[in-house]
Amino acid sequence: MIEQLTELLVKNGLITAFVFVGLIMAVSNWFSARFTRGHIHGSAIAIALGLLLAYIGGSVSGGSKGLADVSLFTGVGLLGGAMFRDFAIVATAYGAELDALKKAGWVGALSVLIGVVLSFFIGALVAISFGYDDPIAITTIGAGAATYIVGPVTGTALGASSDIIALSVAAGLTKSILVMLGTPLIARFIGLDNPHSALIYGGLMGTTSGVAAGLAATDPKLVPYGAMTATFYTGVGCLLGPSVLYFLVVALV
Amino acid sequence: MVIYGVALLSLCYLAGVILGDLLGTLIGVDANVGGVGIAMLLLLLASNSTSIKLNLGSVTASGITFWSAMYIPIVIAMAAKQNVFAAVNHGWMAIIAGVLAVAASFALIPVLSRLGRDKTAP
Repeated sequence: MIEQLTELLVKNGLITAFVFVGLIMAVSNWFSARFTRGHIHGSAIAIALGLLLAYIGGSVSGGSKGLADVSLFTGVGLLGGAMFRDFAIVATAYGAELDALKKAGWVGALSVLIGVVLSFFIGALVAISFGYDDPIAITTIGAGAATYIVGPVTGTALGASSDIIALSVAAGLTKSILVMLGTPLIARFIGLDNPHSALIYGGLMGTTSGVAAGLAATDPKLVPYGAMTATFYTGVGCLLGPSVLYFLVVALV
Repeated sequence: MVIYGVALLSLCYLAGVILGDLLGTLIGVDANVGGVGIAMLLLLLASNSTSIKLNLGSVTASGITFWSAMYIPIVIAMAAKQNVFAAVNHGWMAIIAGVLAVAASFALIPVLSRLGRDKTAP
């Protein structure tokens, strides 16, 4: 009986995921109202809960896709995958102000460039301080501190070993998770409350998933602005990582 | 018709992703360069053009606003499929690199925000 039911839920994975996320949201909203009197946004709690479940899922299944590796929740992987995420991000652009974009155009572009270079050098410095002296390893870890896509792309292009690439992914994942959780807490202190600063925030942070979740939990109206610049970050990182930044590391180390 | 809204959104998405891929190939990177950002610009332009009569509340627009509203639930599902286990268990170096990168980036937001304001102020 239970086996039959599980099989049915697995077969209808995406629909099961809708129910699952709906339940998480309901629990989180209740928690937010009951214990924080609405001070911590329901969606921030839901995202934290999602991350916690991902940790549990990963430790139970040993896979790399968090909760989505538990067969009952494969639909969560589809719903939370890049296709639906990017589709929904594009949809948020509907109704955004074209003027805010035009005004911040050049600062937005500048913030992407500064964001990539800044994260890269911090990651590279941490790698050096941990005793790495191979330029390829330093560059790959630095690129991972940009995003967990820039890391492996750079590492693969330079021929880094797989454990270094895994480290770069872990650095990028840490960044993305921290942006998800930290943004709503710190938004007030860094003036993240208008389209202009959201554009810059997206460009500096660059992790699409981190920015997407961070802004959703802070103020959903800001999502399109941050997401817009963030989507250029990974491309710029993949461009600079194995080229200019690698040459810089070779010259400096 | 709701499907017109969904189709317009999908068309913008596909066009953006294709252009982003082309841009990547053009500059020689194995990644999509700003595909989603381009798609967002296309949707913004389309929804602001007078030939496509879209306004909030119309049935066609609800094909787009539905997906926009589904954004947070999708992000929650996305959080639940992250490889948190690996991030936490990969040792201090990865965690320190990630934490410092975020802290420095956060600190720069007010600086850059001010920069943009001063230049655009009348």
